[in-house]
Amino acid sequence: METIKLTIDKKVIEVPKGTTIYKAAKQLGIDIPVLCYMELKDLNIENKPAGCRICVVEVEGRRNLAPSCSTDCTEGMVVKTHTMRVINARRTILELILSDHPKDCLTCAKSGHCELQDMAIKLGVRHIPGQEFAEMSTYRMDTSPSIIRDLDKCIMCRRCEMMCNDVQTVGALNAFNRGFNAAVAPAFEQDLDKSPCTYCGQCVAVCPTGALTEVDHTPAVIRALSDPTKTVIVQTAPAVRVALGEEFGMKPGTIVTGKMVNALRQIGFHHVFDTDFAADLTIMEEGTELLDRLTRHLGGDKTVKLPILTSCCPAWVNFFEHNFSDMLDVPSTAKSPQQMFGAIAKTYFADMMKIKREDLVVVSVMPCLAKKYEAQRDEFKVNGNPDVDFSISTRELAHLIKEFNINLADLEDEDFDRPMGESTGAAVIFGATGGVIEAATRTAYEIQTGKKLEKIDFKALRGMEGIRSATVDFNGLPINIGIAHGLANARQLLEEVRSGRANYHAIEVMACPGGCIGGGGQPLHHGDSSIIKARFEAIYREDAGKPIRKSHENPYIIKLYEDFLGKPMSEKAHHLLHTHYFDKGVKDIYI
Amino acid sequence: MSHIKVELKKEDVVKLKAICKSFNNKAGELINVLHQAQTHFGYLPAEVQEIIAQELNVSVAKVYGVVTFYSFFSLTPKGQHPISICTGTACYVRGAEKVVDEFKKVLNIKIGETTPDGKFSLGCLRCVGACGLAPVVLIGEKVYGRVSPDGVKDILKEYE
Repeated sequence: METIKLTIDKKVIEVPKGTTIYKAAKQLGIDIPVLCYMELKDLNIENKPAGCRICVVEVEGRRNLAPSCSTDCTEGMVVKTHTMRVINARRTILELILSDHPKDCLTCAKSGHCELQDMAIKLGVRHIPGQEFAEMSTYRMDTSPSIIRDLDKCIMCRRCEMMCNDVQTVGALNAFNRGFNAAVAPAFEQDLDKSPCTYCGQCVAVCPTGALTEVDHTPAVIRALSDPTKTVIVQTAPAVRVALGEEFGMKPGTIVTGKMVNALRQIGFHHVFDTDFAADLTIMEEGTELLDRLTRHLGGDKTVKLPILTSCCPAWVNFFEHNFSDMLDVPSTAKSPQQMFGAIAKTYFADMMKIKREDLVVVSVMPCLAKKYEAQRDEFKVNGNPDVDFSISTRELAHLIKEFNINLADLEDEDFDRPMGESTGAAVIFGATGGVIEAATRTAYEIQTGKKLEKIDFKALRGMEGIRSATVDFNGLPINIGIAHGLANARQLLEEVRSGRANYHAIEVMACPGGCIGGGGQPLHHGDSSIIKARFEAIYREDAGKPIRKSHENPYIIKLYEDFLGKPMSEKAHHLLHTHYFDKGVKDIYI
Repeated sequence: MSHIKVELKKEDVVKLKAICKSFNNKAGELINVLHQAQTHFGYLPAEVQEIIAQELNVSVAKVYGVVTFYSFFSLTPKGQHPISICTGTACYVRGAEKVVDEFKKVLNIKIGETTPDGKFSLGCLRCVGACGLAPVVLIGEKVYGRVSPDGVKDILKEYE
């Protein structure tokens, strides 16, 4: 490999050709401030539009300052990262950005987590000159079921655009206009709900400011908790317990399941349940559907299509409704765990507790923003009453815990309530890429072969590569499994299926890079992908520590089928636990 | 946001697809495709952008981003008599801005807009190479030199 020798702040370093000044400096322990630049190393995601120019440095012999994030090192280069000229330029640049930025930091949803605010602190900005004369750009606010766009706060870092187009290939967002009038929006500046947006929330996850935030459901949750006529129950998704601790200063990857349960009880939820219970239920339904389709397909039934696609991820569902509307019969009809929980809570549990449907409020805590949209879908309502009333993100739960003056770190571990709090290790791994299909494999294998699994861990299905495939031996029957995370990877896999090039029996897709652990509702990673990795490892630790690790062995799931549902894919199960999909594709009306 | 909903004729769609085809439907040729499409239609309504996006396999948001970035591209139809006022340096220092304001006032439209009757549209450009005649106004192909705000009404009368 060709290398280059250069000097940064009087220190000599040798780097491979093509290394940027920013990265070379980082190797020397010099952290050049950046604003628009962002890299998620383990996921191969990088944003370097050289737009904000905060990262400028002085290069000897060069007339102007160089943006270090996007300037490659050259042989013998002499770089200075903190000369007077650099410091003054950085401050001026920041002041100019701030001159066209609202000053409502006190009440901004991003306050305390804002990278622009952090930069103003770091560069010691105490006054924004010329503000009284400066023009301020204003845009219409856009509130969708999941995401709020407040473009007055947009600094044109283009991270959201990169996520939406390159990582997710959704194509909802793009920069338009120029100068003061420039911002990022869907085509023709329409609202998000009229665009192909999937509500995956990856734009929100990377937005450095308050321009993109989630729709906050915590006020509605507090209202429900204060209403004496309501019974309020909560379900928590698997990925939440391995990330919530970060909001309270704990190390990424700390598992806080027991503390979270305690906190939710202190907040006042009447029953603290687990989405993992419903994840076990999903496996029963989806696994049975997989085996049923497999048997019929291999038996020569041409009406049955393979592969079967997982359908737990609501952003993924939105994506294929928009982009693969010709393949709507391929995904599993099983509802997501969130919705299965809601459907069972408002029938089985409500009957058991003798609570009227309207008096039972189901709150979900999700690492996801698309779940807010999913909960509002009409097909998940009975007479206008939704199965899941409110969905709050991991970040919103952290706010709620702080607002209630609870110190999460100090809490004792507590257990979930029964019956809908019991779950297995198979359900926990739903939170990471490859987890749903591994959980399904554990159950489908035992049901299909009638044998006990010798090794529960399917390591071949785990990992962080965008697209993975593996073949699992079902007692002589080879089952081909595909896995994709990130919607660009999902698109690639699905196009292979559509064209007949791929030969999979089952495919798992999660919209967010890393799976739900990297979801749009999780604590902000600020470009540090080691955080996502730590959560990933924690998920599998939690699984390994569970006494029961296969969904079909969950005693409360067995009881649910005995007492209420009958068997998987029964008529009742079909009615409550399965759904259908809609064609949201762009019609070629011109042909 | 201002875009007029239009229904494209079948032959327009055929033409548009042919333009895309002539650039091998390559995403990298987006600007060239838009350029030719505007020459054909006179402007770039949403429906045209949607077809181009589909043919070149890029998002509509991306096409809209490019159309709104370059002042050459227009989202609204140009008038029967497009008015272009030079605001280049020479014209500017000799009072082009006052001429612009007068046109805006008389026609009651902003820069980039077209009168409701479709007769006039208003635009600015930078230097037509006739600085000796500054300030300069073009209506269609015709050049008017040393235009003063007082003369604007008389110029427009020619087109009644």
